[in-house]
Amino acid sequence: MIVNRKDLSWWERLYLPAIASGFKVTLRHFFKKKVTMQYPEEKWSVPPGYRGAPYLVKDQEGRTKCVSCQLCEFVCPPRAISITPPGPAVQTDAENVEKRPREFEINMLRCIFCGLCQEVCPEEAIFLMKDYSLNGESRKEMIFNKDKLLALGGVHNDRIMKWKQKAVEARRQEVFPVQEARP
Amino acid sequence: MSTHAPTPIKPDSAAPPPVEKIKIKVDGRDLEVPKTMPDWQGKPQPTTMLQACQLAGIEIPHYCYHPKLPIAGNCRMCLVEFGTPMLGPDRKPILNEDGTPRIAKSVLPYEPGTARGAIGCATAISPGMEIYPNSPATKQMREAVLESLLINHPLDCPICDQAGECKLQEYSVEHGQAASRFVETKVHKPKQVDLGPRIMLDDERCILCSRCVRFTRDIAGDDALGFVNRGSYNTLASYPGRSFDNNYTLNTVDICPVGALTSKDFRFQMRVWFLREAKSLCASCGTGCNITVGSREEKIYRFEPRENDAVNSSWMCDAGRLNYKWIGREDRLVKLGGSRLKAATWTGAVKELAEALRASKPGTLAIIASARQTTEELYLIKKIATRLGAVTDSIPRVGEGDKLLVSPDKNPNSNGARLTGISGPALGSSLPGIADRIRSGAIRGLIVFGEDVTRHGVSVAMLQGLDLLVVSDVLPSKTVELAHYLLPGCAPAEKRGSFVNVKGRAQRFVKAVEARGDARPEFEWLTELTGALGVENPPRSVEGCFNHLAKEIPAFGGLSWASLGETGAAAAI
Repeated sequence: MIVNRKDLSWWERLYLPAIASGFKVTLRHFFKKKVTMQYPEEKWSVPPGYRGAPYLVKDQEGRTKCVSCQLCEFVCPPRAISITPPGPAVQTDAENVEKRPREFEINMLRCIFCGLCQEVCPEEAIFLMKDYSLNGESRKEMIFNKDKLLALGGVHNDRIMKWKQKAVEARRQEVFPVQEARP
Repeated sequence: MSTHAPTPIKPDSAAPPPVEKIKIKVDGRDLEVPKTMPDWQGKPQPTTMLQACQLAGIEIPHYCYHPKLPIAGNCRMCLVEFGTPMLGPDRKPILNEDGTPRIAKSVLPYEPGTARGAIGCATAISPGMEIYPNSPATKQMREAVLESLLINHPLDCPICDQAGECKLQEYSVEHGQAASRFVETKVHKPKQVDLGPRIMLDDERCILCSRCVRFTRDIAGDDALGFVNRGSYNTLASYPGRSFDNNYTLNTVDICPVGALTSKDFRFQMRVWFLREAKSLCASCGTGCNITVGSREEKIYRFEPRENDAVNSSWMCDAGRLNYKWIGREDRLVKLGGSRLKAATWTGAVKELAEALRASKPGTLAIIASARQTTEELYLIKKIATRLGAVTDSIPRVGEGDKLLVSPDKNPNSNGARLTGISGPALGSSLPGIADRIRSGAIRGLIVFGEDVTRHGVSVAMLQGLDLLVVSDVLPSKTVELAHYLLPGCAPAEKRGSFVNVKGRAQRFVKAVEARGDARPEFEWLTELTGALGVENPPRSVEGCFNHLAKEIPAFGGLSWASLGETGAAAAI
């Protein structure tokens, strides 16, 4: 298909009127509120619901909420998440949650910030936060480990505290006659 | 723990007499089913509604029923609505106007409008019976049973190892309700209970199906488990003062439909949905239990028994199941080596080896193979031995057996070594002779596969005196240290092949994980070496090799790799 180019009129071929109207737009913006900002000194405030970097959170009592169920690792489309489960050793300080990750790594170079990990998490332990500018000097530095993710994630206010409730309930029913009979 | 088909009659038993068939209706379809079917011990018993539905291709959900265990009928999950033909006072069926028999649906005696189900696993079928596995009443019963089972269930799926292969999860999705109506406090029971050296129990998750109790009592013959307390506090426990530690405890983890019994070995190691499954064989003894190897990213996480009624039913011993850790050991041999090997690649190594072997005088070589190798490898070794005029034998391994599965022969392929002619009827009978001839200097070269010969009558000094020592092995040993040519090999889980078990059943297995470094399935370099030594038309593939040897060795009676199938075929031994 051939599209014929329209010939410019005499007025248009003069060009100067177009330049003048362009300057008019520029001039109008001199007196308006500035839309640019001095990044990175000035930072953009992200809207709610923004999908930034995924971090791990602790609850208000300082317990790592992740129980290492590995659903996020399973659902992660670019396979950015890698979890090391704790193994069979009994954790005596774990209250009612017998399981927690030994290591939890997110490769931020692979992460596509899709939010599926947050959506799939049954424990509300991982959230996409507002960080959008992640950088480091090496690839290794961009693989965030558990300690780093927890430090960046901070505290999430858990309204239910289901594991604690279970522990409280269980303690209230403490009599288990069978336990004494066990070796 | 997938769906179990009804136990087929064992092929080795005499042909069963023809079973009378009866006509029933399942879900509106006419069906003829045998009147009796074999029970868990293989004895004919009246066919149950559950089995009839399975024959019709309809799966009835169940927890306590297991085709290899006696029927308990306590979980109530397999409740189904059914009807039987109405009989008149003359004991003849009452007919509808259109001539079909009138069916009396089973109802509550005091509430004739309400359907009364019966448990499918323990209710025998009768002629003319109609079963309604998909009726609204049946669905309602299932929903109610599931609601009852979930009342005190902790719903801690995120930390439960069974998640992903849990029948409670599956049936809840298929037949359960979306929301819980239970607002009261759940009964809490002990968690992390140490039942035995390999078993950890979570009482809260238990649905009291008693599969584990029946297994350990009736199959393993160790009546160690039972239920204590009553009502909501009903709890699984081991006999006071005794540990649940027989050699078959981990089977209870497999048959547990929920996550109550967990394996201490697999606990919190990996979620099951990540595991890639490969159909393999246990190589810990001569029984050759069929197993499924679960691995992820070339790391093996567990062995599970795979059903094969001709060998291991649905079970395997704990010792065999846990005998996989050496495969991932750090000190595995992963580099080509030896004091004389110059090449750094397999191509070069095979060439050097062929030259060294060709240079040796006929009759001065001995080959000590291993009955842990596949039949195909042993066959190629025999070919090489014939070519070089070498004497061969393999090393016997005898241990303790038991009445159930463990064989006293600890080699997985002793019969393979016998049939391929590597060894005589008694494994190791020519070993003293070989040792003597090494001592006297008649034998100048030795090829060893997967064995530490220093523990079997050939001393370190004798090995040092040899002109040529070729060793193919997987783990370091004294023999490996002295090797002139060291060729790293593979564990059974890292290669394909077949074993012939103590009863003469030839079974094949496939590769589960990739070997590390230079380590390479022995078959691959053996076939290259046979070619380099001038044997005509060496088989290039494992399948081809098996087909070839099955034609050549009469005991295999014309079997082929394809005819071995997933459960193997009998060879004449």
